[in-house]
Amino acid sequence: MKTELVLELPNDIRTIGHAVDYVMERCTACCEHARKLDLNFRVGLTEALSNAMLYGNAEDPAKRVRIEVVVAGSEITARITDEGTGFDPDNVPDPTTPANVVKTGGRGIFLMRSLLDEVRFNEQGNSVTLVLRLEQSDSPGEVEGGAQA
Amino acid sequence: MAFQVTKENDVTVVAVEGQLIVGNRQELKQKVLEELENGERKFVVDFDQTGYIDSSGLGVLVSLSKKIREQGGELRLASLNEDLRTLFELTKLDTLFKISDSRAEALKGL
Repeated sequence: MKTELVLELPNDIRTIGHAVDYVMERCTACCEHARKLDLNFRVGLTEALSNAMLYGNAEDPAKRVRIEVVVAGSEITARITDEGTGFDPDNVPDPTTPANVVKTGGRGIFLMRSLLDEVRFNEQGNSVTLVLRLEQSDSPGEVEGGAQA
Repeated sequence: MAFQVTKENDVTVVAVEGQLIVGNRQELKQKVLEELENGERKFVVDFDQTGYIDSSGLGVLVSLSKKIREQGGELRLASLNEDLRTLFELTKLDTLFKISDSRAEALKGL
């Protein structure tokens, strides 16, 4: 079974919680309940939307963020695209070093890469694709980290 | 989602209901800083009713902890479920905060 969902959000961080809840509701309806979905995908999607609105679109209220979600079997793919000029995802400091762990920011992309099975940026750097694979063993009681950065 | 502020003797306890994310982090920051300006120095943030935290939520906790320490106070975290603990462990923020299993434990010795 393949389910597709497309949302366009105004560039307003107050919409993120509601949008994530809606996407999660649709994904949960398609997949068996799994903690990997509840935590990893929820946090990853929140981070991607937050980055898109705050940094990609630079908090410009005239801009928008597009979410495209495909659920195909046990694989969930979400693409989040902003209207900004993009950035270099390979030039992001490790937030877990002693010098960086005390900083207030810089954990978003790290969390995405830690929690999702795949995180891919387009060449421009204004669109990120998150992939989560749910296995039969992803029953409540298990939390998994995905591929590390 | 909401933040419930209560007092346990001389400790200010803030319960996070729902989620602590980019959309509501400033509300938590404002509430805690108001208490700090009013002279409160001991804080516990209770996550017993919290679904999830994003990086902005983690960031505001780091910021508040720093501001409270600068005033000679202390911020402790309590009642993180397994998922939330995972986020603190992944980001190594478990090394930065005193994390207690329950509100009662966090209040002990504070």
